[in-house]
Amino acid sequence: MREVFAETVQDVMADDPRVAVVIAEISRDAFRPSPRVVNVGIREQLMVGVGSGPALTGMRPVVHSYAPFLVERPFEQIKLDFGHQGVGGVLVSIGGSYDDPVWGRTHQAPGDVALLDTLPGWRVQVPGHPDEVEPLVRAALAADDLRYLRLSLRQNKVAFPVVEGFTAVRRGSGGVVVAVGPVLDRVLEATADLDVTVLYATTIRPFDGAGLRAAVAASRPDVLLVEPYLEGTSAHLVSEALSDIPHRLRSLGVRRDAELRAYGTPEDHDAAHDLDALGIAAAARRLFTHPVAA
Amino acid sequence: MTVGEKLGFADIPALFQRMTGDEKHEWAAASTLHVLWVLYDRVLDVSPERVDDPDRDRFLLSKGHGPMAYYAVLAAKGFIEPSTLDEWTSWGSPLGQHPDRVLVPGVEISSGSLGHGLPIAVGQAVGLRVQGRSARVVVLVGDAELDEGSNHEAIALAGRLGLSNLTVVVVDNESGTHGWPGGVAARFAVEGWATSTVDGRDQEALYEAFTADHAGRPLVVVARVVGS
Repeated sequence: MREVFAETVQDVMADDPRVAVVIAEISRDAFRPSPRVVNVGIREQLMVGVGSGPALTGMRPVVHSYAPFLVERPFEQIKLDFGHQGVGGVLVSIGGSYDDPVWGRTHQAPGDVALLDTLPGWRVQVPGHPDEVEPLVRAALAADDLRYLRLSLRQNKVAFPVVEGFTAVRRGSGGVVVAVGPVLDRVLEATADLDVTVLYATTIRPFDGAGLRAAVAASRPDVLLVEPYLEGTSAHLVSEALSDIPHRLRSLGVRRDAELRAYGTPEDHDAAHDLDALGIAAAARRLFTHPVAA
Repeated sequence: MTVGEKLGFADIPALFQRMTGDEKHEWAAASTLHVLWVLYDRVLDVSPERVDDPDRDRFLLSKGHGPMAYYAVLAAKGFIEPSTLDEWTSWGSPLGQHPDRVLVPGVEISSGSLGHGLPIAVGQAVGLRVQGRSARVVVLVGDAELDEGSNHEAIALAGRLGLSNLTVVVVDNESGTHGWPGGVAARFAVEGWATSTVDGRDQEALYEAFTADHAGRPLVVVARVVGS
């Protein structure tokens, strides 16, 4: 995904003089030298602040780093130097929630999307396949708004056409699963023997509440939300979308109740968070095969 | 007095009074006043008619607190109507204790949280340079604001990029708790900046400093304003 992102940005830059890139050492070899590619060194607060400058002069900045250094460390810069100034920008992270767990907590940012949820106006996109990255990047560069693209080493086997709202990957009558980005394959495996609708999202903000309502209306108001970042990050939007419908919601994601002091592989971490196919299947069975009495 | 009507430095006390109600000398104690006046009166290529002109100079008030001098100068130069000052900080007024670029014509950044203006200014200087625009970016910071590490990140990068279209004016009233041994300018000089330290109430000296040649390097003007 990172390579597709960098190549797409540079391809667009060749024709669009508005595009500028600001990085802080991470991915420096992915970008060819250009006056419009600024590597600020290991200075992440500066990276985000400098990123807003081109936007204030009419350009379209891309700011990129590892997720914790892009979103968590300079969070006030994101809040004040972009949205509060009334200008847009494209933030692109790599690393996901735990793409490379041998580095431990420092390189994990499962809370990034939840953090951005505290700010208005951010469009948040979580591709699940490298082929979904290029259209997302091209659209982001052509726009003027606030965008966060969350890239990962985790990916699904097949790509889906990039659309605004949810894509129904499967339809069933026993409830609805929402799978965000790279958890889709695990969700499909976990629910293979269940008669449920599976919705897939690359764009998770804005949240496709209408799409969820329609899916629930054609199935059952039982929703399993599976996100590759902090558990329940989108739960408030599911509740809002279904506020006038009696419904049940179960959220899966990176657990909130403990910091896992463990290394290993991403798959080890999936298992620890019940985000592997086994864990998702167990949650799905509990929710969908034990419906409340009518 | 209406928007667009230009006033002189002698009108500043009356404009200040509209915000502070102060009959005495609060305007004269404002540490940023002379710097702002020299910039808007003689240095910056800006005007109320050109607030969206891509080639206008940019002035960024990073030290956003205590903005009365800023608002008074903007009113004197016709960016805002002087009567706007009367209702400042009230609900519905565009003028707060921190300026908001979305609300006030001519205000280039919304500021108040320290350590944001200089990094943004570096980005603007880069943006203008790669677009081939000759406009300059001037950002005002306080000496205590330099405590924020983001400023030091910016000072290093701007020096290395040779951003000659960037000027920092540090209003130095020695308000930092731990101070800057050797003076503020030394912190910039070591990163390759052109430096100048002047009396922040000497308008002629400020003008000379702002217009001094600094080819290939960013410029810092340390405006010393100690005592009242």
